[in-house]
Amino acid sequence: MHSEVRDTLSIVTEEDSVRVRQVTREKAVEAGFNLVAQTKFVTAASELARNTLKWGGGGTVRFEAVDASRGRGLRLVFEDHGPGIPDVELALTDGFSTSSGLGMGLGGAKRLVDEFDIESRVGVGTKVSITMWR
Amino acid sequence: MERIPILRMGEFLLVTIQVDMHDRLALALQEDLTNQIAHSRSHGVLIDISCLDIVDSFTARLLGNMASMARMLDAETVVVGMQPAVAITLVELGITLEGVRTALNPEKGMELLRAALRARSNEDGHAL
Repeated sequence: MHSEVRDTLSIVTEEDSVRVRQVTREKAVEAGFNLVAQTKFVTAASELARNTLKWGGGGTVRFEAVDASRGRGLRLVFEDHGPGIPDVELALTDGFSTSSGLGMGLGGAKRLVDEFDIESRVGVGTKVSITMWR
Repeated sequence: MERIPILRMGEFLLVTIQVDMHDRLALALQEDLTNQIAHSRSHGVLIDISCLDIVDSFTARLLGNMASMARMLDAETVVVGMQPAVAITLVELGITLEGVRTALNPEKGMELLRAALRARSNEDGHAL
């Protein structure tokens, strides 16, 4: 599988999260996703950008074009150096998040995309990547 | 600070969300709307989301909150114009917007609000 970084954005303010949604939409259109796939992917990106900001204390998102035997796709990698998630399984459960949203953030994002991967270490940070194939 | 405008149309309040809201702006709208309902004594609120190309869990919760707050202030809320792709995404996210009345477009939304208000005044009539 081949992947190529297309862009990196920082997520430090709420306005940055809006920008992440807009850029994700542009890339999803470029990647040739249909409207429903675009909408799901942008929504997942929005949930993850909010998590990066709110729980991670800010971070970055990297946009990658991926090319694999199954076809072409778009991958977003969200990374923060926040407190990390002690129990990832629990965090993926609906209703987990306490302060805002419906507690659908992480688990919801996972359901909306083709591939979802999370690595988190307490005291080090969290990295979440989502991929959608065309 | 930037604000989402709330228009008064006769006995109803009309909110058309035309920008991609960041979270603070969305929370400001929630506060402004509740104040406006109390101030104008409106019994109906129409929220047009046809310009929103995504509704994530935060925005969905906000819509639900606005409808609940309006109800406590004796006003009905109808959310109109949800894009089909948004509806599909919300259901897959696991969000059903329970407790939020919806209509396809502003015209149908207005009909719903008027019907709700008529039903309400009939009930008052019986009570008297």
